[in-house]
Amino acid sequence: MDTATTLALPQITSRQPDPKRPVKSQSALGDTIFLNLTRLAAVLTLVVLAGIIVSLFISSWPSIQKFGFSFLTESEWDPPAEKFGALVPIYGTLVTSLIALIIAVPVSFGIALFLTELSPAWLRRPLGTAIELLAAIPSIVYGMWGLLVFSPVFAKWIEAPLGATLGKVPVIGKLFQGAPIGIGLLCAGIILAIMIIPFIASVMRDVFEVTPPMLKESVYGLGGTTWEVVWKIVLPYTRAGVIGGIMLGLGRALGETMAVTFVIGNTNLLNDISLFSSGNSITSALANEFAEAGPGLHTAALIELGLVLFVITFIVLAASKLLLLRLQAHEGTKA
Amino acid sequence: MIDAVAGKSRGNAVFTRRRVINNIALTLSMAAMAFGLFWLIWILFTTVSLGIGGLSISLFTQMTPSPNSDGGGLANAIVGSLIMVTMATLIGTPIGVLAGIYLAEYGGNGWLASFTRFINDILLSAPSIVIGLFVYAIYVAHIKSFSGLAGVVALALIVIPVVVRTTENMLKLIPNTLREAAFALGTPRWKVISKITLRAARAGVVTGILLAVARIAGETAPLLFTALSNQFWTLDLTEPMANLPVTIFKFAMSPFKNWQELAWAGVFLITMGVLGVNILARTFFSQKNS
Repeated sequence: MDTATTLALPQITSRQPDPKRPVKSQSALGDTIFLNLTRLAAVLTLVVLAGIIVSLFISSWPSIQKFGFSFLTESEWDPPAEKFGALVPIYGTLVTSLIALIIAVPVSFGIALFLTELSPAWLRRPLGTAIELLAAIPSIVYGMWGLLVFSPVFAKWIEAPLGATLGKVPVIGKLFQGAPIGIGLLCAGIILAIMIIPFIASVMRDVFEVTPPMLKESVYGLGGTTWEVVWKIVLPYTRAGVIGGIMLGLGRALGETMAVTFVIGNTNLLNDISLFSSGNSITSALANEFAEAGPGLHTAALIELGLVLFVITFIVLAASKLLLLRLQAHEGTKA
Repeated sequence: MIDAVAGKSRGNAVFTRRRVINNIALTLSMAAMAFGLFWLIWILFTTVSLGIGGLSISLFTQMTPSPNSDGGGLANAIVGSLIMVTMATLIGTPIGVLAGIYLAEYGGNGWLASFTRFINDILLSAPSIVIGLFVYAIYVAHIKSFSGLAGVVALALIVIPVVVRTTENMLKLIPNTLREAAFALGTPRWKVISKITLRAARAGVVTGILLAVARIAGETAPLLFTALSNQFWTLDLTEPMANLPVTIFKFAMSPFKNWQELAWAGVFLITMGVLGVNILARTFFSQKNS
């Protein structure tokens, strides 16, 4: 429809009498300028992305050149000796994000189910907004609250009982041993979970709402329960979108900085696999060390950490976006 | 709910099992909702109860104090944050709106528009600390000094994707008939967009800008390597500039009691500010659209 109107436009203006010529060329000039201005702004977005990758790559080149692939597999991080291996922060980032997903995915699913199927209509908007406000709280607030308010409570009421029960179980017990000091990988993972719940829950709610009512009503008509409708109809129908939402949450968790920096403990040691022990994540290492790092190899190694983080999140977010696009295309054919 | 009755009347084991599973699942769903609300309430309660005590006139009039001294406020940090957020919004908004217009009005499904849309959505969720590193690498490392201006650039880069996304979405909601009516009168395209579609989508675009402001007001990570922070008062954008988030970070991690109290007051200010802008944006949008 759009193209038809623009094609028609030159015909109309070309039939205008001579005195109107200046006006026409003026408007044509205005159109050219405006189009190129907006296109320039759009291209700028692409330039920023390319700029991020190129500049981080160039700035971390000394470190890439010196350590090569071993940067990702070595765990020794010793600035005075100029030895840098990123295994501990990478491990911290992956473990905390994994804990966050394990908690956030079922909870978000429950929230989306509640908002789409159970909640009375008048409560839907306020409750949805409340969950979305969780995402609006700045991460520094989560961090300070996590360190000073949550972690003491967490140590006493969650970690200590967990250590006393699960800690004694043979295999998985190794994950829950050590002093219950509150801060550490598990605490960071739980706070990350709270932070990503609103993102996953709102994507899930949005995709659940696109399920054609006809499909759901058919199953209700056959005597299906609410749970059966959601689990066997809605979820399979929106699978791509749900996974896209989870990936979006994962992308958020991987890149979250301040909250993690407050509660992860910030130690570059990997002595045991206990989730109670302190650790470091890519983002917390950057936040703590970067401003004080001397120029040269230390800065380059830290920027390489940032590059690693960006590449991981880019892949995760791109996958998320592609899955969500697939659901949209799917929706188009059904409609 | 219907099946519950059916299950009882028939007394069938299968029905009972399905009913039980359904009830368990629905109870868990309600528990999940309560779980989400629980954290929101706990965090807000803490922020208010610990932060409100620190509110005083001196918070807004005095500079950040040295450790373990009496008094002091956050004046330089508050002003620094206001300056940087305002400038970043002023720089990021026009670029974001223009790019959003391109995507909605010109780009269609062409490769440039599709690709930009894809990249923009990734930048929207990209780790903000990486944006800070980027500005450090291209700017701070070359002039060899942290500066308020670098912080502004980093925040502006975060504003752009938010504004692009909402502007495009809002323009797409404008019915095509409106554009066609204007074209039929011989209006040039740029005028149709700037005077008609953009104006019709105004409420949505403003909502997007407000959400972007709320987002950058609390951002800490991108400022750590750009604006850094400053103990003292400065309006000079070429110097390191004090700002609320980084000051809170420094004060909260410190063992000094007066610093921690100021940090809680700062957290209270920033949370109320961000949530206030958020709620304002939502109500503004729903009012204009109803």
